[in-house]
Amino acid sequence: MKYLRLLLVNLFRKKIRTGLTIGSFAIAMLLFGLLVIVRFAFNQGVEVAGADRLIVMNRVTFIEFLPLSYMDRIASIPGIKGVTHATWFSGTYQDPKNFFPQFAIDPGTWHEVYPEYVVPDAEWKAFLDDQQSAIAGEVTAKRFGWKIGDRIPLEGTIFSGHWQFNLVGIYTGARPQDDTTQFWFHYDYLNETLKQKGARFGVNQAGWYVVKLENPDDAVTVVKKIDQTFANSSAETKTDTDLAFAASFAKQTGNIELIILVIGSIVFFTLLLVTGNTMAITVRERTAELAILKALGFSDRFILFFVLAESVLIALIGGTLGIGVAVVLAKLAMAYSNPLASVLPVLYFPADQVVVGIAAAVVVGGLAGLLPALAASQLKVVDALRRI
Amino acid sequence: MVRVDGTSGGESLVRIRGLDKTYRRGSEVIHVLQGLNLDVEKGEFVAFMGPSGSGKTTLLNLLGGLDTPSRGTISVAGDEITHMSAGKLTQWRARHVGFIFQMYNLLPVLTAFQNVELPLLLTKLSKAERKQHVDTALAIVGLEDRKDHYPRQLSGGQEQRVAVARAIVADPTFLLCDEPTGDLDRKSADEVLDLLTRLCREHGKTILMVSHDPLAADRAGAVLHLNKGALVEAQGAGGPA
Repeated sequence: MKYLRLLLVNLFRKKIRTGLTIGSFAIAMLLFGLLVIVRFAFNQGVEVAGADRLIVMNRVTFIEFLPLSYMDRIASIPGIKGVTHATWFSGTYQDPKNFFPQFAIDPGTWHEVYPEYVVPDAEWKAFLDDQQSAIAGEVTAKRFGWKIGDRIPLEGTIFSGHWQFNLVGIYTGARPQDDTTQFWFHYDYLNETLKQKGARFGVNQAGWYVVKLENPDDAVTVVKKIDQTFANSSAETKTDTDLAFAASFAKQTGNIELIILVIGSIVFFTLLLVTGNTMAITVRERTAELAILKALGFSDRFILFFVLAESVLIALIGGTLGIGVAVVLAKLAMAYSNPLASVLPVLYFPADQVVVGIAAAVVVGGLAGLLPALAASQLKVVDALRRI
Repeated sequence: MVRVDGTSGGESLVRIRGLDKTYRRGSEVIHVLQGLNLDVEKGEFVAFMGPSGSGKTTLLNLLGGLDTPSRGTISVAGDEITHMSAGKLTQWRARHVGFIFQMYNLLPVLTAFQNVELPLLLTKLSKAERKQHVDTALAIVGLEDRKDHYPRQLSGGQEQRVAVARAIVADPTFLLCDEPTGDLDRKSADEVLDLLTRLCREHGKTILMVSHDPLAADRAGAVLHLNKGALVEAQGAGGPA
């Protein structure tokens, strides 16, 4: 601690230069942070996928329906704790740009399969009591300024017509990374309305089934059993774990990991050069002072760590600042208005990635300072003093 | 008593025997110091004089453990420093040597107090103890009221007095002064020389000083001239020793 003051006064003696270097770090780490947020947003489904959940889809394609009658047959398979189903609605709220995922769900079974979605008991009861009611995620509710009691109109696209819903509840996520952009309403409301209209498309059909396992270790056996049950039927099934389904869904958007890796590498390499250059100039300017410190009895190792510490401190401040801003931006976007809501509904900076980001910044700072620090530590006092 | 003939049999504080220092400049070998002997006793104030390039600063650097000799030995208070490793030499320097440079060489980002405190950071003294030592050193050089001033807020003479305080704060075995008045006006130079004289007389400090200034050399108890790489006793001055 007794050296901290010496470190700090040296660090901020050239305020503009230090400020600009910290700024470079902050901007670069902000970019890194935004990449992490985007990566997470693309992989959000994977991140929150339940290890004990299976997704049962139509074998042909996941946009094809499955008969509603499969529900009881799936539920009777050993090893299954619960089954629910959902159907993609794809309605438009006011403007096609206002995208958010809408599902017709089975309220009686939904809660057991998705316990991470938290709905107050009174609101859930109100949902069960009213077939035309709906529950929205808190992000979507905030985004459109909805309150409980509002009437939400949606223009159907897959299921044409004007649809009206009574908003009776707002759900939150048990974890910060949970998707709270969804909009749920009664499957029965959809099905009954389609029947009343005399429609054939979608009647008594569900989009997909979600199965909750008694034991995640039984996943392979249960997957086989489900698909065998419906083999050679008019609607064969393809069952996957929730994780595999989410991962395959994420992969459809391209190799985001590679893009992020390439951009991230360029960012860190640039930082290495910028900070390395700053530290080299710093050491050159302070040759005489470093020589004096050595003359006074400060060791080569002290000088090495002293210069390294300065470089690492720059990285730490800049990195924390940049990542901090990224975290705040993600929070603000989710709290007020997510500009990417239609593509990336959940913007979130995972806590472990904050640690990874700051650690990476510190490593880059250390590497950048290494050569100048070595040069400073190997400085010959006599030569340096002769130059004064 | 200072001796340069290498015949002293007593226990000198500083003892140099057969000291050589050579430099290479391309294929040319330059003999800066040749077979130099020196004995300095505790509490003496010795001035080294000589023309530029005569090796005065080289000798001071060797005495301070900042450079290594080509041949010969240097012992200070019984420690032979010529064969110490770089790390040991650094530790030895911190404990035994107080440097005073021509250009003061204070750290511009630190206050007078913080500059003087620097050598104490290498010790195990507590913060309160360090403060006590620094206050004492600043009081000795008469700058206790300027302790919160930065070097840029001090005159050249005051800066050099802070440098003297830094040199004495850890109570080193001896002070090495390289042209301590070379960058000062006469009045400030006299103040610094008064201070060095007082440190020698009243506090028993051993001082080895390089100077071009005859008035500065007059303050020393002994003045030695460097001539062709060897030391020659110039006079027995009426200085403090």
